[in-house]
Amino acid sequence: MTNKPDYFDEMMQAGGAPRAPYADYHDWFTSEEPGRLLEKSAEAEALFRLTGITFNVYGDPGAAERLIPFDLIPRIIGGREWALVAKGIEQRVRALNAFLHDIYHRQEIIKAGRIPARMIAQNAAFLPQMIGMTPPGGIYTHIVGTDLVRTGPDEFFVLEDNARTPSGVSYMLENRETMLHMFPELFSKVKVQSVSQYPRSLRRSLGACAPKACEGRPTLAVLTPGMYNSAYYEHAFLADQMGAELVEGHDLRVVNGRVAMRTTQGYKPIDVLYRRIDDDYLDPLNFNPDSMLGVPGIIDVYRAGGITLANAPGTGIADDKAIYSYMPEIVEFYTGEKAILKNVPTHRCSEPEALKYVLDNLAELVVKEVHGSGGYGMLVGPAASKQELAAFRAKLEANPDNYIAQPTLALSTVPILTDAGLAPRHVDLRPYVLVSPGKIDITPGGLTRVALTEGSLVVNSSQGGGTKDTWVLEE
Amino acid sequence: MLGKTAGGLFWLFRYMERSENTARMIDAGLRISLTRSSAAVSEWTSILNATGLQNVYLQRYDTYTGPQVIDFLLRDETNPGSVRAVVESARNNARLVRTALTREVWEAVNECYMALTAVLANPVSDRDLPRVLQMIRQRSAFVRGALHGTMVRNDMYDFARIGTFFERADNTARILDVKYYILLPSIMHVGTATDNVQWETILRATSSVRAYQTLHDGEVDPKSIAHFLILDRRLPRSLAFCYSKIKDNLAYLETDYGTRHPCHDLADRICKRFSTFDVDMIFEYGLHEYIQDFLTDSAALGQQIETDYRFIE
Repeated sequence: MTNKPDYFDEMMQAGGAPRAPYADYHDWFTSEEPGRLLEKSAEAEALFRLTGITFNVYGDPGAAERLIPFDLIPRIIGGREWALVAKGIEQRVRALNAFLHDIYHRQEIIKAGRIPARMIAQNAAFLPQMIGMTPPGGIYTHIVGTDLVRTGPDEFFVLEDNARTPSGVSYMLENRETMLHMFPELFSKVKVQSVSQYPRSLRRSLGACAPKACEGRPTLAVLTPGMYNSAYYEHAFLADQMGAELVEGHDLRVVNGRVAMRTTQGYKPIDVLYRRIDDDYLDPLNFNPDSMLGVPGIIDVYRAGGITLANAPGTGIADDKAIYSYMPEIVEFYTGEKAILKNVPTHRCSEPEALKYVLDNLAELVVKEVHGSGGYGMLVGPAASKQELAAFRAKLEANPDNYIAQPTLALSTVPILTDAGLAPRHVDLRPYVLVSPGKIDITPGGLTRVALTEGSLVVNSSQGGGTKDTWVLEE
Repeated sequence: MLGKTAGGLFWLFRYMERSENTARMIDAGLRISLTRSSAAVSEWTSILNATGLQNVYLQRYDTYTGPQVIDFLLRDETNPGSVRAVVESARNNARLVRTALTREVWEAVNECYMALTAVLANPVSDRDLPRVLQMIRQRSAFVRGALHGTMVRNDMYDFARIGTFFERADNTARILDVKYYILLPSIMHVGTATDNVQWETILRATSSVRAYQTLHDGEVDPKSIAHFLILDRRLPRSLAFCYSKIKDNLAYLETDYGTRHPCHDLADRICKRFSTFDVDMIFEYGLHEYIQDFLTDSAALGQQIETDYRFIE
């Protein structure tokens, strides 16, 4: 982790000159007083606190609300580089939707021998309730957050396809607002593509997927687990920006075959529900009977065409880490094209040969739980101690099906502002993709997450990650 | 609008109003305990009674000293009605109804919470107390100002206003309820310094000392104080004023929604009492009984609004 020149730095070239997308920003930066920038950093934090973009850490109820640290050096991507990435994402998301439709209907991809049947049938994310059901407009993944990492000028890899309820888009929007507020002059020097249209696009995109029961302008609502959820701010923010109601399970009930919300004037039907709770909790009658967050009977209404759920239940099967390893085949099978974006080579520990390779090379690999998320339960081989490696080896041998392994990628770096000046840190990128019938809408940029600890590759906010504003330049 | 949101707005503004009312009562208690130390215990007792928190207090303490009562009312962790807890409840309700608030209202509530949580983190010294009490009142005023200046005048605004005036009327009535006896005609102490100080406490706890003196040429007598706090619609903390506002806002909801509910009839009935009883009739009927009747009706109205507009189910 010490061999810095091995990493692609997105801002600076080896000789000390800025790369092309950063040229104008670099001019501005070098003319700025470092002291002023550090003051701005504190100002940004106060702004985030006032706005209330805070979160609670799961399992730590007594702790104070936390902020995700914001670094004010933007991550800048050239227009041409972005066009390629966007094309790759669009192809991938198209394939994901085709895949979901296929596995809940004819399962051609299994019949063609491209994916083993057990990958689907034995997968906990596969929902039998969705078999034979086509969601309104044929859309499964209305909102996708494709996690990307970069290793070189044109080397982008997809790390994960978040096809359930990707979060973080409010940070993308608030980070930009904060930068506009603090450095208005910068945006006249550097031509950055706008992201502020996202809530409007989301409203339009969700509205275009209204169910057949909808009459007139679709009524939208955002379903949140409640104000103690770590992403509550985002749920409230998106509802507010879309002009939709923010509802919880106890505000909803099934009335006359529709899912309706309790208003001051009685129950009013909802057409499209952007739900930010997991499949398991959606409907205590059809899934987890102990769920207090969901709506009894909502799945029956859904199956009868009375409501659109975004994303559709059962989409988790497509962003499962074991299915991920088949994505190149999936893209090719449904689009007839080679995948534009690379997959990280993935060893499925369920396969004996792969498991042997992984155990033999554990210190070089990143090992992840198949159903894990948030950077928990994962091993970063090169950064792990002997004890950690031994403990993980035992876990792998006990339950190999639960893991996949990938080589440690040389993630690109972007500098952050420290008291001592600029310092490179590893980053990833989550662009946000909206899918509606006939349209895939990708907001230029997305959320850049940055590992604030020197050398660290873990960017998750729950584990010391921060965020940056992400700029895609006008072409 | 969701029923839950209406309830959240109602409670957000009740709590904001309550935080400043508690600060006023502490101010009134502080004044009398500084000037008349022999009356301090009975003053703090009646202030705890007026806040409805005496039982909670007695679970923890068995003496009434100024610093103890003040700390209890401002920041005691076991007191769900402390200013600190009330401001936190206000902010929780604001988070719940975040989509119904303008950025300005949300920020005013959030800043109130952040600022007061910081000053109430440790016991407040005698020297800092006036500044802290002023800050509590001022923070609440900022929220009210943001509401007034930035919110669209629709049903959301109506529920926020109903919460404000409901709590304010309740507060004025509670002070009268625990202090009614000093307003009763009595052969004891009439016109003495004792009475003047006692009467002033009532006015101070409702922030109406100056208003009263201006409107009554400095003449202080119990009947006109009762009239002022109950019936005078020029005073924004009188029962009659608060209820005329509640009635107005309920009427806007009636027009807006095109539906009249039982709460409208109930509010009309309460308002009618202010126009049909003059202060002599109130004293004839019994000041205490009159206030008790009011508190009973007011509680019923609160529940009726909650039911009619589906705050909960």
